[in-house]
Amino acid sequence: MTAARDERERLSVEVWRGRDEGRFETFAVPHRANQTVLDVVTWIQRHAAPALAYRFACRVGVCGSCAMTVNGRPRWTCRTHVSKVAGADRRLRIEPLRNLPRIKDLAVDLTPFFEKWQRAQGRFTPTRNRADPLAPVSPESPARKAADAGIECINCAVCHAACDVVGWDPDYLGPAALNRAWTLVNDERDGDRRGVLQAAAAGGGCHSCHTHGSCVEHCPVGLNPTAGIAGLKRRSLLDLVGSGLP
Amino acid sequence: MSPARLYLLQRATALILAPLVLVHLGLILIAVEGGLTAAEILGRTRGSVGWAAFYGLFVLAAAIHAPIGLRNVIHEHTSWRGRSLGFATIALGLLLAGLGARAVIAVVAVP
Amino acid sequence: MIRPSRNHPGFWAFVAHRVSGVALALFLPLHFLALGLALESDAALDRFLSAADNPVFKIAEWGLVVLLTVHLCAGLRVMALEFLPWRDSRKGLIGLGAVTAVAVGAIFLLRVG
Repeated sequence: MTAARDERERLSVEVWRGRDEGRFETFAVPHRANQTVLDVVTWIQRHAAPALAYRFACRVGVCGSCAMTVNGRPRWTCRTHVSKVAGADRRLRIEPLRNLPRIKDLAVDLTPFFEKWQRAQGRFTPTRNRADPLAPVSPESPARKAADAGIECINCAVCHAACDVVGWDPDYLGPAALNRAWTLVNDERDGDRRGVLQAAAAGGGCHSCHTHGSCVEHCPVGLNPTAGIAGLKRRSLLDLVGSGLP
Repeated sequence: MSPARLYLLQRATALILAPLVLVHLGLILIAVEGGLTAAEILGRTRGSVGWAAFYGLFVLAAAIHAPIGLRNVIHEHTSWRGRSLGFATIALGLLLAGLGARAVIAVVAVP
Repeated sequence: MIRPSRNHPGFWAFVAHRVSGVALALFLPLHFLALGLALESDAALDRFLSAADNPVFKIAEWGLVVLLTVHLCAGLRVMALEFLPWRDSRKGLIGLGAVTAVAVGAIFLLRVG
């Protein structure tokens, strides 16, 4: 019964078409029970606009590739239910993520995002090889707990799109890269933690954060990059007086 | 100056300013009743080593804190960057410190 | 238009912090110049103070007192988030700061009136 009623109901979905220059195209999409925003975009591409460009892979909130701006907020579309974001008027407006160069329609170029990840030295520096025994790491140590708190990032760039400072200062590394740096600074197995800290504290680094907390508000997996960035700020002060990291 | 140093100066001066601002606000709320007169202000401050130290520290901390804050605002909301912005920040700091020191002398020095 | 993604208490706390900071920085030189009048003579400072004793100046003074309180509270909040071991955003601090600013503004108005 409900399914039959839902079949007749239509969502009014505005989708950005084009690159920087473009327009919104409106589609009438069948409203179903348990429908995600990604389902809606996929329906449009399969039934109404085959040339629509968008990006997705896993559809279950792991790969971090399907983030878009939905009704003004950056969201992971595969885990965002239409019922949560479309009001009683059943309207959706879907745009590409902010703060990243647009490619076409809903797809943005993530190159600058991952370049900043590298600039923050967001990569593990190994100290052992496969012949060595596993490093014993206590899950109870404060450093490991701090790393664990930020480690589940799926690289979806929602925080990057939500951050005002990223929009104002093109040099700013952004919450995702700095969150990654913070997990490495706390990873006792990393061979260059001081290098990570200094990369994260250079121009455009952690000190540019103003604690708006937009990244915390929007992170789909509930991380707190602002807290990690605050940790980097504190460590950078210790490093300044010469008692930072080994 | 490195971002970490600017950050340290900004937060250190903020920590100094916080209690000074609390006292300043308290004084304003007490003094505002019945209007301000020069005799009232100068009677409290003239020849007082304590108030000279209080306002001297206040001026110094504010002269560091305000230019760094304005520099961040300019950096984020305009395209002004680089050395000239750094010099402008220092110039504003010196201007505030100079005008502030003059004001402190004006209210604490015994003529 | 404020983007929906901005519309949360942390963003508004930042706006209040920034606007009050810029306003106070611009006011500071004027404040110093006014006090500097005492170098000239007590009477010069008194002439300024009595000229300033009118509703327009009082409203401006009230605004500055409120802005100073706002900037103090917003700054203390930022430092608490940066230096105290909290992992959540402590949004209650924003409300506390707003209430403090309103209270200081109200006391100023009561005493000046």
